[in-house]
Amino acid sequence: MNPKLVPYVLLIPGTLVIVGLLLYPTVQMVIMSFQKVTLRVIRGAAEPEYVGFGNFEAIFGNSVFWSSLRNTVAFAAITVTLTLVLGTAVGVLLNRLSKRMSSFVIIGIMSAWAVPPVAQGTIWRWLFDAERGVINWALNLLPDWLSSLLFGRADWTGQPWLNDAWSVYLVLILTVLWSSFPFVAVSVLAGLRGIPAELYEAARVDGSTPWRTFRKITFPLLKPVFAVLTILSIIWDFKVFSQLYVLLNGPTNREAYNLSLFSFAEAFKAPPKMGTGAAIAVVLTVILLIVTAFYTRQMVKSEEVQ
Amino acid sequence: MTPLARKRFTKIALNTAGVLVFLFAVFPVYWMVSTSFKANDQIFTTDFIPFPTHFTFEHVEKVLTEGVAGNSIWLYMRNSAIVALGTVLIGSVFALLAATAVARFRFKGRTSFLITLLVVQMIPSEALLIPLFLNVRRLGLYDQLLGLIVIQVGLTLPFGIWMLRTFVAAVPKSLEEAAWIDGASRFTTFWRVLFPLVAPGLVATSIFSFITAWNDLIFALILMNDSTGYTMPVALQFFFGERGTDWGAIMATSTLMTLPVIAFFLLVQRRMVSGLVAGAVKG
Repeated sequence: MNPKLVPYVLLIPGTLVIVGLLLYPTVQMVIMSFQKVTLRVIRGAAEPEYVGFGNFEAIFGNSVFWSSLRNTVAFAAITVTLTLVLGTAVGVLLNRLSKRMSSFVIIGIMSAWAVPPVAQGTIWRWLFDAERGVINWALNLLPDWLSSLLFGRADWTGQPWLNDAWSVYLVLILTVLWSSFPFVAVSVLAGLRGIPAELYEAARVDGSTPWRTFRKITFPLLKPVFAVLTILSIIWDFKVFSQLYVLLNGPTNREAYNLSLFSFAEAFKAPPKMGTGAAIAVVLTVILLIVTAFYTRQMVKSEEVQ
Repeated sequence: MTPLARKRFTKIALNTAGVLVFLFAVFPVYWMVSTSFKANDQIFTTDFIPFPTHFTFEHVEKVLTEGVAGNSIWLYMRNSAIVALGTVLIGSVFALLAATAVARFRFKGRTSFLITLLVVQMIPSEALLIPLFLNVRRLGLYDQLLGLIVIQVGLTLPFGIWMLRTFVAAVPKSLEEAAWIDGASRFTTFWRVLFPLVAPGLVATSIFSFITAWNDLIFALILMNDSTGYTMPVALQFFFGERGTDWGAIMATSTLMTLPVIAFFLLVQRRMVSGLVAGAVKG
């Protein structure tokens, strides 16, 4: 075989998969967002009808779309920030602990990170259970006056955390934060271990404060790591699905939808409206591509793909 | 404070923070496991029962025999394992071939391929749900585990190639050249020289794909209709019935679903991180 052909042959299966299962469906999704896809179309008994921007007009006129958009963006902004802050703090902490202590903590945080998203949902739903949940039990431990002062209530038994959209998101933020800070922490730790100790030695000799050391040495050197972590967290948190699905017990409370769940509910709850579902998916994809465009450009410009 | 006292104080403060982080991370996992072994009177109580003093296997037994949605949890575990292993087997072969191509050869279209890899990872898989659902139906793979495997291969492959190519690139080319000079064929060189050296990377990539496929809820939810084809994440949803929630059974099932993943994680934790942030740290 001509040696020049070898790489192309090696790439055949991978290319077929990527084109067939990712690129072509993306095109289909865009086309479908301009179509009316009825049950008959799904069964193959009719051709989809072209409706122009009809699907987009329908979702932009739907208040559930706007609350889903708000939930998606607010959740991602808050959770990404908290995850990065907590993860970095824990990473820095791990770097300062003794070897035994840091291994101990790492095993602990790895076990949280490993929990499958669906199980994360069931666990936190159980912790926040209205009647038997540990969280309400713990809140009842607060002295009544303090609890009343802070939250306006003293007795927490029966507090239904998963009824209102805002408190569902409170639980969701905690759930996702809990499961995603370990990855940030371990990555930051790996980055920190690569920084020469002399730099910190020099900073110490010069009498630098810990915060200043972080800002002037750690942060600039770990900037590339932070860039990757930020972008990965944004991607993950923008489209969180499994945990929300479990906490809400399926697509039930429309006010608590995010864009993923809204698209899912439109397309797969009876009656199926796959065209509108696709339109929502297009919006979600466009937002994600815009948010991550900067990062992708950086990666493309760097030697990584050269 | 004397410097010595200050040093000791700092040490205590750091260790305390470490223990707090550990507790925050572990408590929910511990609570899941301990609830699975508590008798019902210790689960359905407003009191805090830190340890299952009435230790019982009844929930584990119940989910393994009676199960949920008409089948034992074993069946759902088996389905999940088939999908995850199928994804790994097909995916890692494809990923290794493609990773070798981009890490070992300079050819026209290489940069475009890598950029495509990067960009497709930004497309949320949740957005592809609808077209993939329709395509799977058209191909006659609806309600079949094979359909799920195909989808999961597609979803995990770009990252698999991306991660694996750094492992392939890390193998010195001189080793292959030496084999070449000794008269080894291209295939022998690949199989006897490159493959063993890339194997650890392949394991890491495979575990990543395994976990992604094992954890998936959304595709299994729409592609599997008959309850005998449910995977673990889908089966778990059926415990939340109208007649009260059987938390013992739910936590036992969640535990069974989580254990293999935790085992894998502890096995490859170092490599996971180095693979994920490889590009960034290098620069």
